[in-house]
Amino acid sequence: MNSLFDRDTWQEIFGSIGQNKVRTIITVIGVMWGIFLYIVLSGIAKGVDNGFENQFERISSNSMFVWAQYTSIPYAGFKTDRGIDLQMSDVESLRKNIPEIQYIAPRIQKGNFGSTAASVVNGKRSGSFAIYGDYPILLKIRSKDIYDGGRFINELDIKESRKVCVIGERTRKELFEDNINPIGEYIKIENIFFRIIGIHKYVDEGGGSFDDDGDIHVPFTSFKRIFNSGERVGFLLIAGFDDVDILKVEEKVKTQLKVIHKIHPDDDQALGSFNLGALFARILRFARGMSFLSLVIGITTILAGVIGIGNILLISVKERTKEIGIRRAIGASPNHIRKQIILESVFLTIIAGIIGIIIGAFVLYIINIATENLDDVPLKNATVPIKFILGALFLMIGLGTIIGFIPAEKAISIKPIEALREE
Amino acid sequence: MIEIKDLNKSYVMGKNSLHVLKGINLKIKEGELVAIMGSSGSGKSTLLNIIGMLDNYDTGSYHLDNVTIKDLDETKAAKYRNKFLGFVFQSFNLINYKTAIENIALPLYYQGIASKERQTIALDYLDKVGLKDWAGHLPSELSGGQKQRVAIARALASKPKVLLADEPTGALDSVTSDEVMELIIQINKEGKTILVVTHEQEVANMCNRIITLKDGVIMTDVKTK
Repeated sequence: MNSLFDRDTWQEIFGSIGQNKVRTIITVIGVMWGIFLYIVLSGIAKGVDNGFENQFERISSNSMFVWAQYTSIPYAGFKTDRGIDLQMSDVESLRKNIPEIQYIAPRIQKGNFGSTAASVVNGKRSGSFAIYGDYPILLKIRSKDIYDGGRFINELDIKESRKVCVIGERTRKELFEDNINPIGEYIKIENIFFRIIGIHKYVDEGGGSFDDDGDIHVPFTSFKRIFNSGERVGFLLIAGFDDVDILKVEEKVKTQLKVIHKIHPDDDQALGSFNLGALFARILRFARGMSFLSLVIGITTILAGVIGIGNILLISVKERTKEIGIRRAIGASPNHIRKQIILESVFLTIIAGIIGIIIGAFVLYIINIATENLDDVPLKNATVPIKFILGALFLMIGLGTIIGFIPAEKAISIKPIEALREE
Repeated sequence: MIEIKDLNKSYVMGKNSLHVLKGINLKIKEGELVAIMGSSGSGKSTLLNIIGMLDNYDTGSYHLDNVTIKDLDETKAAKYRNKFLGFVFQSFNLINYKTAIENIALPLYYQGIASKERQTIALDYLDKVGLKDWAGHLPSELSGGQKQRVAIARALASKPKVLLADEPTGALDSVTSDEVMELIIQINKEGKTILVVTHEQEVANMCNRIITLKDGVIMTDVKTK
């Protein structure tokens, strides 16, 4: 193997592959294309993965929503089509009976799911907005970016049922002049003055979002007082511990709620739910599927390219029959010949691979720059880990060697006497 | 140097067997310049191929420099060829994308000689055949006689015991033929054993000994000088 680093070995290789440059280049493009595809596709797959992760990092991925609807099966003496309301007592009950639950944030809302929005007035400006009664624990499940100088609802707000609110970015735009800082200002919600304590940014939370930025969050207890909602809860946001299966938690929560609210166990309509965990799992599977697909496409294209190299070397061996015969006659051993052909194959493969990697990396770089400031393209930091690249290179060296054996064996099967026979 | 006893060689083609060499006995001493003559089909090329270890024989024995040559595997044959023999072919058989000096250095490469030394040796031999100024030229830029001289230099570069020339002048005109033969004679005078296969009487006459083959047997074996 020491001759691998011998200048002469390489001179021999360059000498022979340089003979038909056009053909060599065209052959090399095959492998180059394969590795290029692999790099770009897996880079994009990784970018999409990153992009989704980036979009979802604000929501606990292991979370779900549950809300009550109307029953569809008569049960325990109740008629069908009975409206169910979740209660504050459900929260304690769920927490006690389902240890997999990390956080529960009850929420009550007005101006969503069919209820009329609240009318909100600030001086001459007014509008209808969705009002949410929230607990501070909401932030554990889905974080909100609050602009400088503001804050979200805290425990004291809840305890004292303070008339404070956090408004969305769009709410602010509609109710205030651009140059006014609304924090500390008062707005009238259903004719009651609320002090603004914070403004939250609009955050695209993906498919599982009910929130937007045209809303107003008030303390749950304050909501209760204004709208006289009693112990009613609009819906529950539930986050499981990281290691629990949120689908199972969803099942348990629903079973528990059905017992509490006397719903028929088979009544699938009475409780609505939305499972972010399942959505994430799907997206994750999609991203993984994409990575896998790019791996398959890349490897098969590389394989096709390497086979092309083997094929071309076979032709080249055929063309060089006489030359190989001469080499044998003047003292080249079969090993010399074999080594040379295999090295030619490996060399072409690696060169093709490296060029492919460079072009692929360049294209990824361009894609990254182009999508950097596009929020609606779920693509972030599209890169390929170096170990994947090295893996691809080693794969190519391996394939190049294996494929190289075919023309190499063909070459050493040439008997010098036959090769040298005068035509 | 070369000792051949009762050598037989047949080619089997389907059901037919062609008996090409029928009991050849031959002894060539060191420093001889031997011409092997015969019409086509006489077996002279087969004999040369066997001596050159490019082909195997069926029965008999062949000793080269007291080494038994029989049923060699390819690796060993390559080694012996490299060590014992230099080949000169009718059609020169230079590698067309290598320059004159690279062609001459090639057997040395297979001997594992370092690059710089190869260059020195190759240039020496190129000088010897009078083509020092053509070192960097490709075969396509050389005349027939020059190509054959490069081929001779290549055959000599590995310092073989025996030089085997298969119709070395077959592709050359009479003037260059003479030049090439003079070179061969000169190399012989320096002590190299040389076998020349030819069908040209003129070429054969320049050798010290003429062996004539016909139908696989030696007809005549004449010393001329």
